[in-house]
Amino acid sequence: MVTRASQNIQVGISKTLSPARRAQNALAMVLVALGTLLVLVPLFLILKDLFVKGFSSLNLQFFTQSQSEITFLGSAGGFLNAIVGSVMMLAVALVIGVIIGIGTAIFLTEYREHRLVPSVRLMGDVLTGMPAIVVGLVIYGLVVRGLGFGYSGIAGGLSLGLIMIPVIVRATEEVLKLVPQTLREAGLALGLPRWKVIMNIVLPTARSGIITGVILAVARVSGEAAPLIFTAFGNSFLTWDPTQKMSGLPLAVYRSAFEPSEAAVARAWSGALVLVLAILVASLVARFAARKR
Amino acid sequence: MNTDRPIRLQTENVGVFYGSKDAVRNVNVSFRSNTVNALIGPSGCGKTTFLRAINRMHELTPNTRVTGKIMLDGQDVYGSDVDPVDVRRRIGMVFQKPNPFPTMSIYDNVVAGLRLAGEKSKVKLDETVERSLRGAALWDEVKDRLKAVGSSLSGGQQQRLCIARALAVEPEILLMDEPTSALDPQSTQRIEDLMESLKQQTTIIIVTHNMQQASRVSDTTSFFLIGDLVEHGATEAVFQTPKDERTEAYITGRFG
Ligand SMILES: Nc1ncnc2c1ncn2[C@@H]1O[C@H](COP(=O)(O)OP(=O)(O)OP(=O)(O)O)[C@@H](O)[C@H]1O
Ligand SMILES: [Mg+2]
Repeated sequence: MVTRASQNIQVGISKTLSPARRAQNALAMVLVALGTLLVLVPLFLILKDLFVKGFSSLNLQFFTQSQSEITFLGSAGGFLNAIVGSVMMLAVALVIGVIIGIGTAIFLTEYREHRLVPSVRLMGDVLTGMPAIVVGLVIYGLVVRGLGFGYSGIAGGLSLGLIMIPVIVRATEEVLKLVPQTLREAGLALGLPRWKVIMNIVLPTARSGIITGVILAVARVSGEAAPLIFTAFGNSFLTWDPTQKMSGLPLAVYRSAFEPSEAAVARAWSGALVLVLAILVASLVARFAARKR
Repeated sequence: MNTDRPIRLQTENVGVFYGSKDAVRNVNVSFRSNTVNALIGPSGCGKTTFLRAINRMHELTPNTRVTGKIMLDGQDVYGSDVDPVDVRRRIGMVFQKPNPFPTMSIYDNVVAGLRLAGEKSKVKLDETVERSLRGAALWDEVKDRLKAVGSSLSGGQQQRLCIARALAVEPEILLMDEPTSALDPQSTQRIEDLMESLKQQTTIIIVTHNMQQASRVSDTTSFFLIGDLVEHGATEAVFQTPKDERTEAYITGRFG
């Protein structure tokens, strides 16, 4: 039935369309396909290189040993220190980014009439446009030197969190705007104060969109090496203590890639592959969780 | 018009502006305690606009302004020391379009107002759900799937769910904006019966396009036309001996 109907429609269209319009249509199709190809080809080339080179040197000790255990000949050692560092710093960043980011987005959309909204929005825009390395320098000045934290996982996490904030704000704002005004009205009409309506009705309705935004933000910062240079500094030894210097995957990849050792370069490829896969898996898991509500 | 009942809600020169456009002008009307009051008039004449002024719903819309006074038990709901949250707790509302909370189950929708106000007793919540859903003529249809999401219901069922949700918090005044326009005759009948029994505890103001409904359920009727209150009085009088010829033209179906 359905296919019969759609066939009829197609027949109808091709009969009624003039040859000139059909040619235009075909041309547009070819251009769109070419454009898609243009985007996809480099992506596949990069992924292919990454998988081939990354997998060939990936082994168990990559996950179980740290860079401090790398021998002079380069046979032993792995990136455990960087993996742990990334996890720790992303955790710090996530706390900062989620609390401040979602809080700011709520302020900007739910309290639109507040007189501070324009200035907060301006600050957000400035933060969006700020290069990651500058964010690193700001944290260096304020936290590493200013507050005397020294190079540390906390400082690294803070800089990543700062980069996350505008991404989360932007995404959360968009989904909050999609929540129908009639739902807020329904909540208020029950005699509920505004904050309860936001917490119990607006946010749950926007939940999966917000989660997606947070994932995007994590994905965005988990590949940042630049802000870590001035904040976490790097550390070839394994540490779980965020007040110590820490390494992160992108930082370890960046430094190993320039080392004059084939083993180090190979490890950098593996690090890049692990980073990409981790982001992929994390987004799939979180997206699945968001959908299950 | 049950003149023995005390006046519950009284408006003084109420006007509503959307930007510079006045959608409602100079409305002076009073509603007595424990009565049903119908607002009628052609589409776009300002019934919803007036209704939303009563529970301060316009405050959420930027550039919308309400002038005049709305006295609830002698106190202006727009008074500087009055919390809009308190006003809305006392004045419930059923909206023109059903708006159940999409993330909540049927059960949670009904008790949302109570639970978020701090009510924890399971017994009390269960009892409220059944009473409110029965009142809204929805209980029999949903009693076996109270855990299903509210948005899985049909449009008419959603509207009755919203009525149940408004009933659950036991408002002193209930504003209903065309509550039965999406309902079949049977459910409409049950909602009309509900209004009759709710009168014991509340004062109801209902917008309706259905003349029979207005004359069946209401004690007073107010006729609006392009933002003006043309006529207000006992329903019988308005329907049988209207003072204004425009009212007569409207209720006899000659325009609108
Ligand atoms: N948010 C708004 N901004 C600007 N104008 C509005 C807004 N809401 C309503 N209006 C206008 O105010 C007038 C009254 O609208 P209202 O919704 O109160 O009519 P109504 O009597 O409830 O009509 P209906 O019977 O169709 O529901 C209309 O002219 C409408 O276009
Ligand atoms: Mg209306």
